[in-house]
Amino acid sequence: MYRGKSILELRESLDNGNVTSEELFGSANKLAHYFQEDYNSFVTIIDKCKVKRSNSLISGIPYALKDNFSTTGILTTGSSNILKDYVPVYDATVYKKLKRAGGVLVGKTVLDELAMGGTGTTGHTGIVRNPWDKERQIGGSSAGSAASVALGIVPFSIGSDTGDSVRKPASFGGIVGFKPTYGLISRYGMFAFASSLDHVATLTRNVRDAAIVTDILKGQDPKDMVTLKDDGKKYVDTLDNDIKGRKLFYIKEICDLDLYKDSGDSELIEVLEKFHELLDKCREMGFVVEEVSVDKDLFNAIYPTYMCISCAEATSNNANLTGIQFGPRGEGNSIEEIMFDARTKGFSELIKRRFILGSYILQKENQEKLFLNACRVRHMIVDKITELFKEYDGMILPASGGIAPKFDEKDEKLSDRYLLLENHLAIGNFGGFPSITLPFAFVSDMPVGINITGGVKCDDIVLNMAERIEELTGYKDIYAKVGDIDV
Amino acid sequence: MYKVVIGLEVHCELETKAKNFSSAPNTFSQIPNENVAPVDLGLPGILPVPNKEACRKALLTAQALNCTNPDEVLFDRKNYFYADLPKGYQITQVTKPMGINGYLDIMVDGKIKRVDIHQLHLEEDTASLEHHPKYSLIDYNRSGIPLIEIVTEPCIESADEAVTFLEDLRDVFLYLGVSEAKSNYGQMRCDVNISLMEEGSDKLGTKVEMKNINAFNNVRAAIEYEIKRQSELLERGEKIVQETRRIAEDGKTYSMREKVDAVDYKYFVEPNIPPVSLSKEYLDELRSTLPELKLSRYLKYTQLGISSEDSATLSKERSISDYFEEVLSYGSDVELSVNFVITAILSTLNKLEISLNDLFITPKMLSGVVDLVSKGDISLDHGKKILYKAIDEKMDPVELIEKEGLHQINDEGELLKLITEIMDENGEIVRQYVEDGNMSAINFFIGQTMKRSNRQANPNKSKEIIISELERRKNNAGK
Repeated sequence: MYRGKSILELRESLDNGNVTSEELFGSANKLAHYFQEDYNSFVTIIDKCKVKRSNSLISGIPYALKDNFSTTGILTTGSSNILKDYVPVYDATVYKKLKRAGGVLVGKTVLDELAMGGTGTTGHTGIVRNPWDKERQIGGSSAGSAASVALGIVPFSIGSDTGDSVRKPASFGGIVGFKPTYGLISRYGMFAFASSLDHVATLTRNVRDAAIVTDILKGQDPKDMVTLKDDGKKYVDTLDNDIKGRKLFYIKEICDLDLYKDSGDSELIEVLEKFHELLDKCREMGFVVEEVSVDKDLFNAIYPTYMCISCAEATSNNANLTGIQFGPRGEGNSIEEIMFDARTKGFSELIKRRFILGSYILQKENQEKLFLNACRVRHMIVDKITELFKEYDGMILPASGGIAPKFDEKDEKLSDRYLLLENHLAIGNFGGFPSITLPFAFVSDMPVGINITGGVKCDDIVLNMAERIEELTGYKDIYAKVGDIDV
Repeated sequence: MYKVVIGLEVHCELETKAKNFSSAPNTFSQIPNENVAPVDLGLPGILPVPNKEACRKALLTAQALNCTNPDEVLFDRKNYFYADLPKGYQITQVTKPMGINGYLDIMVDGKIKRVDIHQLHLEEDTASLEHHPKYSLIDYNRSGIPLIEIVTEPCIESADEAVTFLEDLRDVFLYLGVSEAKSNYGQMRCDVNISLMEEGSDKLGTKVEMKNINAFNNVRAAIEYEIKRQSELLERGEKIVQETRRIAEDGKTYSMREKVDAVDYKYFVEPNIPPVSLSKEYLDELRSTLPELKLSRYLKYTQLGISSEDSATLSKERSISDYFEEVLSYGSDVELSVNFVITAILSTLNKLEISLNDLFITPKMLSGVVDLVSKGDISLDHGKKILYKAIDEKMDPVELIEKEGLHQINDEGELLKLITEIMDENGEIVRQYVEDGNMSAINFFIGQTMKRSNRQANPNKSKEIIISELERRKNNAGK
């Protein structure tokens, strides 16, 4: 009965007295358990309802939190063996704000180990499956957060986004993923992956809910130095603003059909055709949509640049995981051996590979060539996009070149499709730009997302444009109607 | 002969309310793991927030050491694994230290030596480890305490210079009030790099490093031992091994590990602390709070004709020096002021084990007494006695004189009257002087005069009168 309902719908039911928050929690809890075996959204499902009422829009409404946010007294694993028994002693600012607003935590969701990876397959408790097709990935790293929303278990969930970790799974799951401007939401208590790229982000089933949750989470936090002064705006208030004359651009080098016509990738062609159809509808609605051409080399550099910076920061950020202060204690005769053993056993191969890469990139003899050059390229890309944002309100691109991949599919990492279409979302992290993904089409019965990215601190405009484009897609409030359960 | 080349790396914990990047208190605690916040444990998700006061104190110390401050405050990460480093990295400064290219002038054997400072940077302390035979314990109280590191150029040439530099540096910290710099609490620690080079050569010898020496006399012992050890090796034509050594309780140094390749700390800019720019106004204002330092005051005092020993005593501590200078600022006599401050004030502080802050007598009050003495209204002795009484009774000494009529009796007539009285009462003593020439009678009468006058009689004048009165009686007796 309440499955798949939006925040505002649930708010109305609560306010009318048709349902209590305990009942909503009970329903979400049942759904969580029901889908757990098939889809594995959660590391921890909470069975006790704790409600702290407030006058916020989310008061009494269930939600899910990625398992890399520190929650006092609640197991928080980062989906890694090295933290498999870690119970935090302090609250992440985001969790604190949600509690204060009356949000009811339903569970901690599975991620790719330590938020590194984009498949939803590397968490220590197993793979997360795509609600629209169990044989497919939901994507990651916020895999469980995306799956729990796409299954209709909760109306919203919180994820973290370092390259595309919320916006990509949103695209594969047919839901809305919004990563606001860097510094808008405090990262305090979110397990660091790559600090200069890490963002708190939301997963919802419509743009309005994304604005509602962001309004609650945003604000300066003395515990996170990079947080911005409060802009005093309420993003829900400007969602319905007229968009007439708003200017969008797309990048020719990324989504020109001609680039891929010989690829034999029919799904990719279909995604791009539908993308261009949507652009036409946007124009009809009053948007100005223009094609922009940029140096392709610059965009081919996104993926290696992202890898250099994120692995370098990750290797340092995760150096606290030694089994000394917390986590399983390693064995050995010296401190070095004990740490070595804990880290050898505690991390999966993929993580170790990234740490070794990061370490290599930061070495004295490589740092200038790899790390510092990557930082320079990052600035070049950001400068280019920032320059375009002087003229345009946003960049519109397909969030992915296709539908969610099957578990055995391998990316061709040097292909144009991979380097450009599968990685451009990292631009939003490079520049800290507000960036939102929402479903705009179905290809082979699977959802695909569109992405809109805007200038720094223009979150209100990005949400406003996304809200209006959502009207054009006809895919608002969708979820995978699987399972024979009615609660 | 060999020339000794020494470079020092000095760590000093700053005195602040909270730790460098967390809100846990920065206080010394006997109870392990009491002053600990999530940040100090390196728990997942924590973020550092720099302590403004620690930054201010580091910048100020850099200024006192004649360093150039950076255009912005920026931190870097130093990455390495160790059990006392919970985050797996230390937040420190490499790119833009709080100060570079400074110096501190010190006085060694009456000559001024300039010790060049390579840099001063702000970082965080590690946890402390306590090793037991089968296990080790970690205390995170120290984890995250603000620490400044001062790196000198290799320009120190003897153990004397090194120890004087450390003592003077500690006095800089104390003068500025940035740290208590207690080496017995490990608040000030030192690494010594030492090498020998052939006299006349310009090629540096192989460097030996000695880490984490707390006590200054251990620094001296370690350096002296190393000079001897390395000289002997070189004499025998052997090579010095580049290594890290430690000083043991026997005063000898022992090899800890050979330096293979320098560790790569993979420094990079701390991404969680955005740079904060330092305006010229801020730095100028900070500079305006710098006090005049020890050496400068010392030289100033010697110019006033104060002995070098007294000048050193007076300039050693800022509070005493400030006190003394305030006394002088009221125009009091220099020599008397020195005398009063050193013999009366400092000895009282020692005796009562109190600090100047706890002393009731202000510089203004002291100058009142000094002035009475210098005008000859009261004797030096009397002045000091009144001062001690004033300290006891927590009163202004000049007021005390007024209130209790403690003026010195200088009136000769009055004194003579009293002395005559005493002599009349002690005929036998007078007789011993007159007949037997017993000179100790003089002291007896001085003692009695002081006693009967409540110690107000001017002792010098009394003595004169006593002698002349005794002589008069002797002459009379002979007639």
